[in-house]
Parts: sequence; structure tokens; C-alpha cells
Amino acid sequence: MTAASALLQFLNGLASASSLFLVAAGLSLIFGVTRIVNFAHGSLFMLGMYGAVALAPHVGFWWAIPLAALAVGALGALLEALLLRRLYAATELLQLLATFALVLIIKDFTLWAWGPEDMLGPRAPGLEGAVGIAGSRFPEYDLFLIACGPVVLGGLWFLLRGTRWGTLVRAATQDREMADALGVDQRRLFGSVFALGALLAGLGGALQIPREPATLSIDLQIISDAFVVVVVGGLGSIPGAFLAALLIGEIKAFCIGLGFSEFTLVVEFVVMAIVLVLRPWGLLGRMPAPTRGAGAHEPPIALPSRSAVRALAAVALALCVVPLLSGGYTLVLLTDILLFALFAVSLHFLMGPAGMLSFGHAAYFGLGAYGAGLLLLKGGASMAVALLAAPLLAVLAALVFGWFCVRLSGVYLAMLTLAFAQIIWSVAYQWDAFTGGSNGLIGIWPAGWLSGKTAYYYVTLCVCLAGIAAMWRVLYAPFGYALRAGRDSPLRAEAIGIDVRAQQWAAFVFAGLFAGIAGALYAFSKGSISPEALAVPRSVDGLVMVLLGGVHTLSGPVWGAALFTWLQDSVSRGFDYWRAVIGAVILLLVVALPGGLGSILRARASR
Amino acid sequence: MNTRGIFILAGALALSGTAAQAQPVRIGELNSYKTFPAFLEPYKKGWQLALEEINAAGGVNGRALEVISREDGGTPGEAVRVAEELITRERVSMLMGTFASHVGLAVSNLAARRKVVFIAAEPLTDKIVWENGNRYTFRLRPSTYMQVAMLVPEAARLQKRRWALVYPNYEYGQSAAASFRKLLSAAQPGVEFVDEQAPPLGRIDAGAVVQALADARPDAIFSALFAADLQKFVREGNVRGLFRNTAVFNLLAGEPEYLDTLKDETPTGWWVTGYPWKQIDTPEHRTFLEAYRARWQDYPRLGSVVGYAALYTVANALRKAGGTDSERLVAALEGLRMSTPFGTIEYRALDHQSTMGAYVGQLAQRDGEGVMVNWRFADGARFMPRDADVRAMRKD
Repeated sequence: MTAASALLQFLNGLASASSLFLVAAGLSLIFGVTRIVNFAHGSLFMLGMYGAVALAPHVGFWWAIPLAALAVGALGALLEALLLRRLYAATELLQLLATFALVLIIKDFTLWAWGPEDMLGPRAPGLEGAVGIAGSRFPEYDLFLIACGPVVLGGLWFLLRGTRWGTLVRAATQDREMADALGVDQRRLFGSVFALGALLAGLGGALQIPREPATLSIDLQIISDAFVVVVVGGLGSIPGAFLAALLIGEIKAFCIGLGFSEFTLVVEFVVMAIVLVLRPWGLLGRMPAPTRGAGAHEPPIALPSRSAVRALAAVALALCVVPLLSGGYTLVLLTDILLFALFAVSLHFLMGPAGMLSFGHAAYFGLGAYGAGLLLLKGGASMAVALLAAPLLAVLAALVFGWFCVRLSGVYLAMLTLAFAQIIWSVAYQWDAFTGGSNGLIGIWPAGWLSGKTAYYYVTLCVCLAGIAAMWRVLYAPFGYALRAGRDSPLRAEAIGIDVRAQQWAAFVFAGLFAGIAGALYAFSKGSISPEALAVPRSVDGLVMVLLGGVHTLSGPVWGAALFTWLQDSVSRGFDYWRAVIGAVILLLVVALPGGLGSILRARASR
Repeated sequence: MNTRGIFILAGALALSGTAAQAQPVRIGELNSYKTFPAFLEPYKKGWQLALEEINAAGGVNGRALEVISREDGGTPGEAVRVAEELITRERVSMLMGTFASHVGLAVSNLAARRKVVFIAAEPLTDKIVWENGNRYTFRLRPSTYMQVAMLVPEAARLQKRRWALVYPNYEYGQSAAASFRKLLSAAQPGVEFVDEQAPPLGRIDAGAVVQALADARPDAIFSALFAADLQKFVREGNVRGLFRNTAVFNLLAGEPEYLDTLKDETPTGWWVTGYPWKQIDTPEHRTFLEAYRARWQDYPRLGSVVGYAALYTVANALRKAGGTDSERLVAALEGLRMSTPFGTIEYRALDHQSTMGAYVGQLAQRDGEGVMVNWRFADGARFMPRDADVRAMRKD
């Protein structure tokens, strides 16, 4: 690499960094103040792109950019006022679920409004061409973008440091409850912050249109990039986000320049893992203030009442007789539901009682599945051996990753689980010779005696029920109580001699084991396995199941898994815009049942 | 009313009076409609048109065709479940569809297990007919290998020595690049590959990739980029002047799905595979084009042709087999010759790949729109590996 090309790649890195920073700044601002993990931020970015492409022919490019950004900002204010404001009293995770529903709805809205084809925007008038730099041609518009980043950074810095509003935002970022106690109107503050964050997302999207087409898949790509930047920089820190964007933009550009383009698939997650291991609160982040007030404390999970146990036993019994009444597809669907229930319960074990949010739980599910496939196809093992040994792969990974993860907390921990999951995913995706690459492994079928649907259903039923029962039982063992003590008051737990980290580590491995079992069963039920089994959407599905069911309830995740799987199966058959329908159902449930499905049962039981 | 209802109705109307008393033949169709809408909405219109034509002409074997269409969710796990539902609950006689390679492979594997014939309409992966090929799976579209092979003669004719490769980092891109390397090296000994860029699918960092390619100073570039990656690459390359003195070969870039989005950015002189629908003047294509435009008030994309020909494959196979028995369908499909908008194709008995071809030509701009010029039709039958090699790969 010559000095000239190094300079150009450096400039390329700066241009990407500016784009990254614009989205990440809004996300960071919103999270810092409202603690909302805004999944829909990428969707707002996408709307900014589509809006600008649609407006440009009518009002001209340079008017389209601010207009699109303002429109998205207004939409953000509206969403906050109509939806999110209702949820501040509930647990923070519920807002995550609500924004996930928004992702689904906005995606289908965009498809409906602008159609399926990619829309390439115009070049920026006045900046269409390129300038000669070090013997190469560099786009003028990229120079403009490079300037945009610092300008927005400066503007935000002035807003936050130089205005009263900014002082309030900083106060709320540092200690929300204290600001509230001192009489700061939270509704207006949160509303304005959300609107500004949305505006920045819209602006980021609108500014991208000369560089890339508006597509329907951009929302999820951007959100993962933005999350990484925000977390690497430190949640709530705008300069941190800038620094992180710079770091990631440059590393990517030089990976490509030096001939390691394959590595860009995963490089940001590797950077994030390294940063979080070395600096648990990101580059410029601070240890977050503990949350107090509404939603901070979970009611302890009581022992299930006799009637609840009886009801669960009745459900189990009913599941046992299903094959006598109905065959075929019902069994296929129930097998899926059972597998996902086991997966969701294992995630709930981490999120609920152990208090560790995970965005990368699919890694253990997928490793179980890959373990089964690899043992059967490459290792020549029998099905039984493959099924039994495969979850050990998940356990092994959980042992290693868990050791790092339990050193963090909150969203940082969640993002580190995500980083590890993405690293595993990229290995499975790239290692053609061993894991089958992006196509995955094909031909993982159970042995003859299990090949019938009924037989496989019974095996799945037994394993899943046993697994779920074991995890629930453990919650009422000393280990479970110690975990909950560590979650509710780490300081006191330490003081009475509980090694909180060791307990959390054990919980991580325990949950990984059951996710791995679910994955191994999944592989044999589908006959093939591909990297999607350990990709982000699978992790998100797990989160949605747990949150739909209610993170504070015991059996909730099971109902959540059943509802979500059934919804996906039936709604996608009946509606063209099925994603929006699922999103609407989730939103309805979130508003009507903030405690999740499990809370209905609890309300009944406590009556 | 969902689509299924509509097609039961359409079938019933078409056949009222003649063979209405016979049960319709049920065909299971599944695809990632929400994941790849740009390609699959035209595809759906294609098979819907074919369905209406087939049923208006009396169906097959005296029975109407009924297509039960499903969203497959875009993942193998869900697609396998949907396929199970189609087989066990809907009792379909055949399966067709799928887009992405990994989904196609998973469904093909299930089809073999359940002994149901599967027409893989869209997936391009070579593996679905070769390494992972099976008795019950037949594939319509020309594979990655075939389309690369169609470009190689032109590439070799240019006698460029230094080549760079750029492709999305997943199986389609990797196998396209590997095939190109192998075939070009054989056709033009001494050729040099000076750079290789494999950006993640859908997320190319186009500025940096274009710069890296320029730094390698290639005489020519082979690209397997498509969709959003292609658009980003083209715009950055245009602005940065990468294509001024470099010949470019780009798989698939002439397909309307991808070409039409480029508009006034369309680079001139690129060699591509595609579908110049406006200019094809064969009787088969004219009939199709007129019917399609009359039915949908829109022009066909490549997906439309694929959907149309896939459902005709189903109908022709059922006709030739004289029933819905899977084994007889396999026998009927092996060696089945049929007419498509691209001319006559044959499903090879050897590997179940159809000989459907593609159009190879160069890109140009006309009135701010991208078009293909200097094109010719490349018959798929002429761009296959040797039979012995295919047999060795299929392991059967």
C-alpha cells in the first residue's frame, strides 16, 4: 500500500465515520436520557433515505435533505407521545419490544408506500464530481460528508453545553430520578430528546442518498452498526460515539485497502469485543447510575401455587395426547414451539433471575445445532451421540464467553454477548470447508426409529419439558436464590459471602447448555442447518418471546414462544403485510399487558 | 381474501362446466416474498399468469391446477416448516419456488426425504444440482457456473492480462469467482489475478473497495455484485473514474431487476448476463410479453420469466407423467423438453438442471435508462461442465 493510497483510504474511512456518527449520535442521545434501546432507529434512518429520494425530484436535493430529516424528527415526536410515553412506567425492556414492533411496521409501510425496488437517489447538485487527491479521484460529496460529522458534533456539543435544555439532558443522563425529583418535566424532555434523535437518524439517512440506494434491508444493517458505535464509544457519550465511528470507519477502510475485505464482515464486532473487555463502559462512557424508581425492582418470583402446578401438568399431559388426536403438521408446528420454548426459557433464565440481558443467545442455540450437524456429517457419530454431545459445544462457548461477559452489566453485557455471537456467526459463515459456509450443512436427519413425526415429537416433548422443568427447579434451589440475590443487590450478596460473578458465570453456562440442547433438536427436526440459526434475528426472536411472555414471570417465556411461533406461522399465511400485522399485535400486547402474557396467569392466581 | 382463495376461484371459473367435478391438482409454492420483494413480486406475477393460462386451457389431465403459495420467511428453518405444512396438511403434489441458495438447498433436502418433486425456480447455487443434488429436485434457472461460463468467451477474447475480482462474500459470489478464475485461466493461459475483494453481502463499503481495486491497476474486473451492492459500486466507480480504462464483466447486471435502478449511472460497455426484454423478438417471447403486459400493465422482469416457466414446468411434468405420482413425475421431468419465453429448454436427466439460457451483452444508456446492446442468446446447454465431471460431483 503506497502512501497515496493510504491517504485516500484514510479519507474514505473519514467519510464512512461521518455517516456512522450521525446515526449513532441520535441513538446515544436517546439511550442516555430515556434508557430506551431504540431498535427502530435504523427504521427512522431508512425513512429518512426514502423520504429524501422521494422529495428530491420535487424540491431539489438540497431542500429534500432537511425536509426529510424534519419529517422523521416529527414522526419521532409523534411515536414518543403516542406510544413510548405509555411505557416509561414499565420495565425498560418493554420499550425495546415496542420499538421492535415499530421496526416490523415501518418496514412494511415502506414497502407499501415505495414499492420493492431499490431507489438510487440523485447525485448532490454542485458536488457531483471528484477532485484529484494524490493522483486519484475522490468524490466531492465525500469531502462534504467528512465535514458534516464534526459540524454535527459541534452543534450537539453547543446544544448540550450551552443551553438550558442541554443542561437538563445532561442531568437526566447522569441521574434521571434526581432530575425528576428536582422538578424537571420528564415528558417534555424525553419527547424533545427522542425527536432530536429521530431527526439525526433521518438526517443521516437523507445524507446517504448520493452514496447508496434506499433499500428495505438498510434498517437492520444500520441499527447493528449504530449500536456498535454507541456502545464502543460509551452509552450516552456523544464525543465517544464520534471517536468510535472514527475508529471503526478507519479500520474498515484499511481492512479493504490492505486486502482483508472478508474481515469487514465481522470487524466491528471484534473491535467491540476488545473494547468492552478492556474498558467495560466503552471508550468514553461512565459507569451508569443505578436505576431507581418505577420498574427498577422486580417482585420476587413466588413458588408456584398448587393450582398453577396442576395447570402446568395438565398442559404437559395435553401435549402428550396430541399425537393421538392429530397428526401431520400440528406435530411439526408443536415441535418448533417446544424447541423455541426451551430456547426462550433458557434465555429467560439469564435475563430474569440472573439479571443478565443477552442479545446473542442464538450463539448457543446455533452451536448446539452446528455441533449436531458436524458430529453427524463430519465426525461420523451416530444420531444419539451427536444429539447428546452437541450441547457440549454450546457449553464450551458459554464457559469462555461467559467469563468475559459477567464482568460487565446492563446493555454493555448484552452487546458483548452480541459481539461474541457475531464472531461465531462469521466463522460459521466463512468456513466453507468445515461448516458449509453460507449454505450451511445439509442432510442432518434423525436415525430410522426417530424419523417419524410422532416419534420425534415425543422425544422433543420429553427433552423440552425436562429441560424447562430443570431450569425452573433450579430457580428454587440455593443456586437460584443466590442468583436473584446477586441481581437485586450485588453489594449485599457479596457481603454475605456469595461470589456473584461465579454464580452468574455458572448461570451463563447453564443457560447455554439448554439453548444448545434446543439447537441440537432443531437441527435434526429440519434436516439442515445454516448460519441463520446463530444470527442476530434468532437472538431477537428469543428476546421477543421472553418479553411477550413477561420477563418477571416464570412460565411467561413458554407462552411467549408459543404465541410468537404460532403468529409467524399463521399470520404469514393469511396476510400479505404479515410483518406489520405481527408488529401491531405486539404493540397491542405491550400496551394492554405490560407485564406480559404470564402476568394474566399470575393475576388469576393471586386473586 | 388471500391469494389461495383467489386462485381456487380462478380455477373454478375457468373450468366451470368442463372438468369442474375433478379435484384440482395442488401445487405448493413457497418463496421469500418479503426478503427479496424486488425479484419475487414479478416472479409471482409470472406464475400467476401461467396459472391462469393453464387453467383457461382446461388445466392438466382434465384437472385444474391450484397453487398454494406461502411466504417462507427467508430462512431455511422456517422454509422447511412451511414445506412440511404444504406436504402434510395441504397434500400438495409438487413443490416449487425458493430464492436464496441456502433456503433452496434445505427445501431440496426435505423434498428428497419426503419423496416430493421440487422445482427449484430461482436459486443459483451449483450445489443444488451437483454436490447436493438429489433425485427429486430439478432446477430451472441457469446456475452460477453456467452464467459465468457464458461470460468467459468474451473475457478471454479481450486478452486482458491483469484481472481483479469483486464479489459478495457468500456462496454465490465465492463460487462465481472460483469458476471464473478456473475457466478464464483455462481459456487464456498466463492470465493474472491481481486483487480480490469480497465485501459482505448488501454492505459493500464501495468507496474503499473502488480505491483498493484502482490501486491494483487491473486491466479488467470481474464482478458478481448485484442489487444495492452493485448500485453503490457503480456510482462510486463512476465518480472515481475506475471504469474509464478498465473492462468490466458483471454477472446478472443486465437483469431488469438490477439494471433498471441504475438509470443515468448505467456504465457503458460492461459485459453482463441479463434479459433485454424490449428487444427480444422471438415468437415465444412476443406471446409471453403481450400476455404479461395485458395482464399486469407492467413489463416483465427476469423473475417474471422464471415464475412463468416454473409453473409451466409443473404443468408439463404432470401432463407427461399422466398423474401426480412422484416417481412418475421424476421420470417425466428427466429429459422433459418444453417451450419457454427463452425458447426450448430441456431438463437434463444427468443432473436435473434445465438448459435454460441467458442473454449476454453489453450495457449502454438510452434516454437516461440502462439497456443491453450487442447481445446474443447463450443457450444453457452449451455452457455445462463435462458429463463425467458432473457425475463425479453428484456422487450418484
